[in-house]
Amino acid sequence: MSVMKRVSLIFRAKANKALDRMEDPRETLDYSYQQQVEMLTRVRRGVADVATSRKRVELQMNSLQKEVDRRDGQARDALSKGREDLARAALQNKASLQGQLNDLQGQYANLQEQEEKLTLASQRLQSKVDAFRTRKETIKATYTAAEAQTRINEAFSGISEEMGDVGLAIQRAEDKTAQMQARAGAIDELLASGALEDHVSGPQDAIQAELDKLGADHSIEAELAQMKGELSAGSTPQLEASANGDSSGSEATQAAERPQAGDGS
Amino acid sequence: MIVRILGEGQFQVDADAAARLTALDAELDAAVEKHDETAFRAALGAAVGLVRELGTTVPDDTFVTADYILPFSDASVDEVRKLLADGTIPGDSIGRP
Repeated sequence: MSVMKRVSLIFRAKANKALDRMEDPRETLDYSYQQQVEMLTRVRRGVADVATSRKRVELQMNSLQKEVDRRDGQARDALSKGREDLARAALQNKASLQGQLNDLQGQYANLQEQEEKLTLASQRLQSKVDAFRTRKETIKATYTAAEAQTRINEAFSGISEEMGDVGLAIQRAEDKTAQMQARAGAIDELLASGALEDHVSGPQDAIQAELDKLGADHSIEAELAQMKGELSAGSTPQLEASANGDSSGSEATQAAERPQAGDGS
Repeated sequence: MIVRILGEGQFQVDADAAARLTALDAELDAAVEKHDETAFRAALGAAVGLVRELGTTVPDDTFVTADYILPFSDASVDEVRKLLADGTIPGDSIGRP
């Protein structure tokens, strides 16, 4: 038998089973209405849950993007210092992070889609429930219990199919959110522990350490050069500074004069 | 004929569209049987597109059951197999006394 027919029969069987259990048809209406209102609450909660999950992924995407940008900066920095090996390593890490980011972007789009679908399902159910409430009162007011039976069955089966549809949509969204949360949790932990860096570039971000060292080496060299320059130009600048006459001035003058004295002996 | 697309509501389609849907339904059935994801998605996409395009939305205050129910537009073979196999729909408490 066909797929579409089989699915419709599953929905019908469910509605019929529920109807069979009802003794007073009018009670069916009230009870069903109660269930519909509960279902509306569930679907709205579902929308909120998906939105929360989506926002969390959004934050993670931002964090990952920052990491990607940082690697890019490192690669440029390394290249400007003539370290192509470091630049290559940084770009490799960037590619790995970018892969994770692309993956998250896909998941994000999926969650967004679920959120939109569930929002629409919620709106549709709301309209159906409103219409059902009106129908319910009409049936109760207009027909005797015996007459009402057929109309109640119609209304009940119709709304039951809608409820089943929304129920499935909620379940789907919950499944996708749960999958997403498991992944998001893992990435959160990685980002928090700094292990994401470890994972892609070894402990303590070896690239940054090397670049920092290069940077430090560079500034030490610069400082050394400056000191050498000062020494070879004589101690005049320091003498001028201490000539302003603060309390440490004489000590500084003595200290500055010592090498000269040494030179003189 | 009334067709529901899960997640999208009910649509009224004419006899011509219904005949085309029946042909697509056979493709869906074969794809589910063979577990052919590509063929399944193609047939489902075509069926959903057909109903969206040619169907008219059933008004909110009309309470009818669908003759055909199409899976969610992005459903997988596994998902449909599961639905057909265990036949359970969430919200089973509906109407329970």
